[in-house]
Amino acid sequence: MSNSLPRSQPPLAAPNGGAVASLGRPGGNNERLVQLEVLRYNPDTDTEAHFQHYEVMCQEEWVVLDALNKIKADIDPTLNYRWSCHMAVCGSCGMMINGEPKLSCHAFLRSYEGVIRVEPLTHFPVERDLVTAPDDFMEKLKRVKPYLIPKETKAVSEGEYKQTPAQLMKFRQYSMCINCMLCYAACPEYGLTPSFIGPAALTLAHRYNIDSRDGGRKERQEVVATHEGVWECTFVGACSEVCPAHVDPASALQQMKITSSIDWIVEHLIPGGKS
Amino acid sequence: MAKSHKPVVWFPFAAGGTVIAFFIPVIVLLTLMAALGHVPAGLGYDKLHAFAANGLGKLIIFGVVALSLWSSAHRLRCTFYDFGARADTLVATVLYVGAIVGSLFSAVYLLRI
Amino acid sequence: MSRKPLVREVPPTTWYFRHPRYLRYMSREVTSIFVGAYCVLLVVGLQSLSSGEAAWEDFLMALRSPASIAFQFLALIATVYHAATWFNATQKAMPLQIGEDFVAGNIISGAHYVAWAVLSVGVLIIAGVF
Repeated sequence: MSNSLPRSQPPLAAPNGGAVASLGRPGGNNERLVQLEVLRYNPDTDTEAHFQHYEVMCQEEWVVLDALNKIKADIDPTLNYRWSCHMAVCGSCGMMINGEPKLSCHAFLRSYEGVIRVEPLTHFPVERDLVTAPDDFMEKLKRVKPYLIPKETKAVSEGEYKQTPAQLMKFRQYSMCINCMLCYAACPEYGLTPSFIGPAALTLAHRYNIDSRDGGRKERQEVVATHEGVWECTFVGACSEVCPAHVDPASALQQMKITSSIDWIVEHLIPGGKS
Repeated sequence: MAKSHKPVVWFPFAAGGTVIAFFIPVIVLLTLMAALGHVPAGLGYDKLHAFAANGLGKLIIFGVVALSLWSSAHRLRCTFYDFGARADTLVATVLYVGAIVGSLFSAVYLLRI
Repeated sequence: MSRKPLVREVPPTTWYFRHPRYLRYMSREVTSIFVGAYCVLLVVGLQSLSSGEAAWEDFLMALRSPASIAFQFLALIATVYHAATWFNATQKAMPLQIGEDFVAGNIISGAHYVAWAVLSVGVLIIAGVF
């Protein structure tokens, strides 16, 4: 379904030469008045968040982020939100759009009818308006050591760590994570038990665990195989449904439950199996 | 934080979930047929008793019942938590003990056959 | 600059009404109530079987009560739903890589559905239904 490239402009003249009065007007074609309900919170003055209603003229092919940018430029400069790349790569513009965790640069206005409700990502504290505090995720990301821990260190003169295409494909999808935290906003277990390490961080642990060049799995298990690690997951599967990068965290966690169980059996039930 | 002993309860849950998926629907179908008055030949006393009297038959029946009991107990424990019950230790103890007791009774009944 | 982040609590008893996918998840989890109850029925059945022919016939008669039929009907739906969700999940838990490519998830789940059908028909044949 996803096509983040801007859609080409609609044709300015219809093939039959008529019925194009609404198109091709000076100042923009195919405009639409979009209504948004945006959650506002000002830490300096508010104790609670409240919705603010905006009406803004938008191009039909715009995304929600464009509408927010138009509001900020023309209507209300006090509106706060994060964004950077506008092309579903940087992962900073995640928001709840009509209750669904979405990248706002990837949420096309034409997919929505009526008033569009925009809220900050659930399960994260609200810093201001649509800006959330990602501190918890950042701390957890560090704990799983999401980087290559080589099996054996080699001198530069010995050359690179080689890998076959099959070995690359084994973990490739899990390396596509853009740290947008939509999976955390979708995961009810993270919401109910905030100490849960969560989908993206655990999936990145898996990504390195199954990398043929990596030897750090034992270190990561100290986090992965705890109560706060994979065992807090009840396989709701929402993480995989909302991921804009088509990573499948639910599968990574299921696989880690199996390998962690096998570890446990080896460590406790097989004599001398304590590796 | 120490590594979790969750595999002790999760592994039989996963095994039991597989057993439930493969075998329980057809077993429910059989008892439902009996309930609707069309008792399958296999549920007749002589045939079923002969099956349960056989060592392998005992093992199959016990495996299906015990693993299914455990798996549903474990999932029910998670369901309680999801519904907002926070006394997880109590819930887990009651359900796991229930599953074990059910399995023990099954074993006793099977050994009597 | 001082921070005063707003923490929004998740309602612990009603969170699953927030999104249809959570209701789908909860309906999968709730099947465990029916599976568990049906297992208890199986244990009772074993007790009857071990107590002789008369007890077994009584058990079969007890199965015919309307409440029992209604329960077994619901249990059948619940266990079939459990089976479908379980087999759909196999492709996530047990991906299969051959060479560079992964076997399509539908094939892994599909193979489980086929095995399920074969085993079920096998049990029905052994039970003398056909």
